[in-house]
Amino acid sequence: MKTNFYPFIPKIILLFLAFMPFLTKAQTEQDALMMGTRKLCIAGSVGYNSWTNYWEGTFKRDNDNLGQVSTKSAMLMVNYGIKDNLNVMASLPYVKIHATQGTLNGLGGFQDLGVFVKWRPWQQQFGSQTISLFAVGGYSTPSNKYNIDFLPMCIGLGSRVLSGRLIADVKVNKLFVTVSGAYMHRSNVEIDRPAYYTDHQINSHEVAMPDAGNFQLRTGYRTPRLIAEVFVDNMTTFGGFDIRKNDMPFVSNQMNSTKVGVEAKHYLAKIPSLGFHANAWHTVAGRNVGQATGFMAGVDYIFNLSPKSANN
Amino acid sequence: MKKVFIYISTCFCLCYLASCDKEIEETNAAYPALQPSKTDADAGTWTTMIAASATDFPVPAPQPTSSADYQQELQELKKATQNLTSEQKRIINFWKAGSVLRWNEIMRELVAKHNLPPYQNDDNTYPVPSAANPFAYPIFPFSNPPYAARAYAYVSIAQYDALVMAHHFKTAFNRPAPYQVDNAIQPMVPKSDLAAYPSEDAVIAGASIEMMKLLFPADLEYLKKMAEEEKNYRLWSGANVKSDIAAGDSLGRWVARKIIQRAKTDGMGAAGGNPALWTKLEDDCKAKGETPWYSLETPKRPPMLPFFGNVKPILFGTDAVPSLRPGPPPSATSAEMKKELDEVLNYTENPTRERMRIVNFWADGVGTYTPPGHWNAIATEDFVKKGYSEVRWARNYALLNASMMDAAIMCWNTKYHYFNARPCQLNPKIKTLTGVPNFPAYISGHSTFSGAAATILGYLVPEKAAEYKTMALEASNSRMYGGIHYRSDCQAGLDTGGKIGDYAIARAKTDGAD
Repeated sequence: MKTNFYPFIPKIILLFLAFMPFLTKAQTEQDALMMGTRKLCIAGSVGYNSWTNYWEGTFKRDNDNLGQVSTKSAMLMVNYGIKDNLNVMASLPYVKIHATQGTLNGLGGFQDLGVFVKWRPWQQQFGSQTISLFAVGGYSTPSNKYNIDFLPMCIGLGSRVLSGRLIADVKVNKLFVTVSGAYMHRSNVEIDRPAYYTDHQINSHEVAMPDAGNFQLRTGYRTPRLIAEVFVDNMTTFGGFDIRKNDMPFVSNQMNSTKVGVEAKHYLAKIPSLGFHANAWHTVAGRNVGQATGFMAGVDYIFNLSPKSANN
Repeated sequence: MKKVFIYISTCFCLCYLASCDKEIEETNAAYPALQPSKTDADAGTWTTMIAASATDFPVPAPQPTSSADYQQELQELKKATQNLTSEQKRIINFWKAGSVLRWNEIMRELVAKHNLPPYQNDDNTYPVPSAANPFAYPIFPFSNPPYAARAYAYVSIAQYDALVMAHHFKTAFNRPAPYQVDNAIQPMVPKSDLAAYPSEDAVIAGASIEMMKLLFPADLEYLKKMAEEEKNYRLWSGANVKSDIAAGDSLGRWVARKIIQRAKTDGMGAAGGNPALWTKLEDDCKAKGETPWYSLETPKRPPMLPFFGNVKPILFGTDAVPSLRPGPPPSATSAEMKKELDEVLNYTENPTRERMRIVNFWADGVGTYTPPGHWNAIATEDFVKKGYSEVRWARNYALLNASMMDAAIMCWNTKYHYFNARPCQLNPKIKTLTGVPNFPAYISGHSTFSGAAATILGYLVPEKAAEYKTMALEASNSRMYGGIHYRSDCQAGLDTGGKIGDYAIARAKTDGAD
């Protein structure tokens, strides 16, 4: 048999992982910030990221059948201070995918609803140093039954994710370092077809999703009104398989990435409840993901729901 | 103290979660042991598909069960069945569901594994997989739908023809199974009244490996391992003595070589064409005043197997091909085409979740076992419930896969005869919900395969005939919903497939099995 040619089907990767680490940054589950008792922060943000190159396993390539793949997102997040050291937060992003070339239709829709409980069990001051420890428990679940079998044009991976994160923060005067690590237990997912090939044929609708870990280092300048920081973020999938040469990406691929970024947040002097935040980041290394660059900007407003708010 | 406790319990919870069972229960894991409701002992008289006559295959007469040689084999068999390891038991449990069934699964796996279009060269041409050098990139084969349809057909036919021959010799020699000779032997598989020489499982192993090393040469080691396991399982389970197996293996290989002779001369070697021929297809289309298809890939990929339509069909003669080819699609500039384009655009601009489910379910694109494999999987689920003998399993797959190979031939013949454009080529506003295949639109491959498969399956499993028809229609519509086919591609595909399925039914009615 001679010439075989077939489906043009683009081949790529999902850039944003299901847990969307970078969509917003107003007191996220990843930082060392807390909302005070009975304060409610409502944050809205918009983000954009795109990639042209991606990693097929370890092979870095581009694809003229996709061109540049971009993700526009908008996210609403609320964070409520039950106590000074116990916050509960929830988030819901809307995502829209677009490719500049090829024929594939980018999908859009609400993605995963996340709920996190952040707790600061311990904080100690030593002179000008403050050391704090945090524990965050989280759960995210798809907000609707979106299509997960159309990577890289679909909006998410459809897995329910239970996560646990430990955060340590050291602040010396106005400088700080935050390190955190999370383990994400991802539920199996179901696709619409009865069989699929990973590194072998599997005759089932169900797809085993590998768990994942996230590690972050953030450092910078922090006062109550201004935060400016740089960060490194690493996502590692514990298991999964590589995209083969010219194959399609799949929901249970190993998806690893290391990103670096900068971030800032500022609360106005005249209206101290109103804040703005923004970040920008770039993927420096990856496996089965796009080499994305992104930025985000948002605004947040803090409502003080305490009955004694007049005194605060 | 409290926080230490919290941390410990957090860690404990995480460990607990990490250990959650993520194992997938596969649909084919729990198939019952093959226990035919009818042995089909007369299958030696059934009509084969390609192999002509049992006299072509010199199977020697077996030693009688009273012979010293046979008694020696019985002793060896008893030894082999004792103290089985857990791995040996696993192998028995795998194969006892049925050898034809398991090879069909293996084939589906290899088709999926190799169904990858080659990545381009630096100069934006595409490399071509080479059977002579199967391990070099691009690995041979690229098992796209026509390649796969033909592979499924030839392997199924080889298994069927070989089993018919095996039944002929079983009847001729009538040597019983070891557990009927010596009732101290308790087989680990259901007992059968069929004569044991030559072993049908070994026939299937021999025929399958001989065919598949031609079709999937890069997987020879894996195939050998499976064939060895399959033959050993008969020994370990106490179902066949060594000479039953040796005779079966050898008969299977002989029959497969007959099938290979046909496969090597069926026109597949010329199916890829060459640049001059590709240009001619385009020019012929333009000469008719039509809009020719072009590859929507970047860099442009040469058309997939443009002369596969000249491959020799199984169920009808080459001379029937032009009469089975449907009339032309609507002209690219016609009002009818405008209407069909609008319909496709509407589907892609308003993708409902249910339509996306249908698109995904039937996509059967890159990295899958292709539409013919999907219909094999559907058939398998139903065949398992029927209590078929091995030879009936093989016959039914052979009818199914012969019809899908011929469907591929008719479909490709039609596609390259008209060489018409895809919807998103005529209207770039159409953004597809699945990959656009790299060949002309008319007629839809999914529809042709599904029309053929649903028709023959409706004959084989009549109680599900209406359901198969519904599935075929859904498979066909999935291509419109995905934005890659017009309604006329789908309808003409289903009709053409249906006609091919009728040929398979005519064959089934006269092959002696019903």
